[in-house]
Amino acid sequence: MRIGIVCPYSWDVPGGVQFHIRDLAEYFLRQGHEVSVLAPADDDTPLPPYVVSAGRAVPVPYNGSVARLNFGFLSAARVRRWLHDGSFDVVHIHEPSSPSLGLLTCWAAQGPLVATFHTSNPRSKAMIAAYAILQAALEKISARIAVSEYARRTLVEHLGGDAVVIPNGVDVDFFAKAEPKPQWQGDTIGFIGRIDEPRKGLPVLMRALPKILAARPQTRLLVAGRGDEEEAVESLPAELRSRVEFLGMVSDEDKARLLRSVDLYVAPNTGGESFGIILVEAMSAGAPVLASDLDAFAQVLDQGAAGELFANEDADALADAAVRLLGDPERREELRARGSAHVRRFDWSTVGADILSVYETVTAGAAAVATDDRATGLRARLGLARD
Amino acid sequence: MTPTLIWILVVLVAVGLYLSWTAGRLDRLHARIDAARAALDAQLLRRASVAQELATSGVLDPAASIVLYEAAHAARQAVEEQREVAESELSQALRAVFADAAQVDAVREAPGGEEAALELAEAVRRVPMARRFHNDAVRAARALRLHRKVRWFRLAGHAPFPLAFEMDDEPPAALIERAA
Repeated sequence: MRIGIVCPYSWDVPGGVQFHIRDLAEYFLRQGHEVSVLAPADDDTPLPPYVVSAGRAVPVPYNGSVARLNFGFLSAARVRRWLHDGSFDVVHIHEPSSPSLGLLTCWAAQGPLVATFHTSNPRSKAMIAAYAILQAALEKISARIAVSEYARRTLVEHLGGDAVVIPNGVDVDFFAKAEPKPQWQGDTIGFIGRIDEPRKGLPVLMRALPKILAARPQTRLLVAGRGDEEEAVESLPAELRSRVEFLGMVSDEDKARLLRSVDLYVAPNTGGESFGIILVEAMSAGAPVLASDLDAFAQVLDQGAAGELFANEDADALADAAVRLLGDPERREELRARGSAHVRRFDWSTVGADILSVYETVTAGAAAVATDDRATGLRARLGLARD
Repeated sequence: MTPTLIWILVVLVAVGLYLSWTAGRLDRLHARIDAARAALDAQLLRRASVAQELATSGVLDPAASIVLYEAAHAARQAVEEQREVAESELSQALRAVFADAAQVDAVREAPGGEEAALELAEAVRRVPMARRFHNDAVRAARALRLHRKVRWFRLAGHAPFPLAFEMDDEPPAALIERAA
């Protein structure tokens, strides 16, 4: 099958959606399909052979922050060219409602389009104003995928219609087979995520830490992620600061080894999560997970069966649960076993096959994806067509 | 006088273009529904065929075979008005027959059973997918067709008002888990 995938975010910036697309593309290539990924990238960035650059993304203020987006005449032309050259059986658009490549592809293409909705943003003002434009583009999509039941619910509320739920994939064995690192073992709690992003919840964990250390003074907290380390420990009494170790940005290998080593992985995120891939990675590595009870997290943890949940933003509840778990090796062993069994459904072999089923469902009997001539028809009639 | 006339003409042309664009949108949506309905039909037929094959293969006990055969046969023969009910009954029959993981294992151990179980698992997974995609298309078309501009100018022509396909498509849990 000839598969085209559209990535809305810069290929050179690491991010969840980009990693998801990279793994998905490589899974399909291993299965013998032809894959081409259209992604924004600087011209001098080295790209894997299956990625086609859509030009540099332009930073513009959008939806309360500065987003790097692709739009305008040149980007639209590149999208058209890519669709034309690729003659794909199916085009898979990620994040189609962001005003970037995804939306441009919706406009320019006709035929079997599949879209994955990753975020569950509350409806923005811009989206309400642009609803009519968005609707006309999004109604071309033949199959929608949401990454979690939570993401599906937001999608249904904001845009109407329906979607199938297919979770994000993880290479379970990569984490399960990683080698633990001795210096990260022995009464350790792990945290991975941006230090300076409050929604990742490190401040909540910092508030809970004195209570945890009072009960179990030998405990160490290992923090992996970007951000200001001084500022992160500011709220902590000076004598406790040595119990926190910052590892900075870690490679994929070290991330897997860290998750294999820790006695407890804590995800104190306070919001803005639609899936929680890090929990799946932690469970793959056999780390017992303690997470805030966000909708998305509760779903990934099978409503608390595969990992423990605490009340969101409640540092005391977090501390109590952490102390209890650290002092109960049997319960941790039970969580390890349950997590490892539960996580199989997130392995690429399952997730990739499900996504392929979606492709096959929409392509059965349909023609290949082509550029939509109805959009250009008028221009062509007036003699303004390029090409 | 002339400028007014020109303005009226411009507005008329603009309205005409907008309506033509809307009609194009609607046409595309109807085509999408047709494609989605064809895909749903294909998946339902496939599921019924695999179920019927399993029922007549002798892998299952006679009682289960008859129940499954009846339901699969009825689903394949159902007239359009009875289709949703018949397909729902096939879902129920499949859930009843494959309620136990042991039954799935028994099928897989039989010669050729591995493939049959895999085929059935794939079919019961794809029916809900195809149905969601179909109903999503129906929802989008209905939203547009209920709009004033479409009703007043009769842009939908004689196309029948699209109907969602409602059925019980819950797959047997034991089958899905075994296949995963």
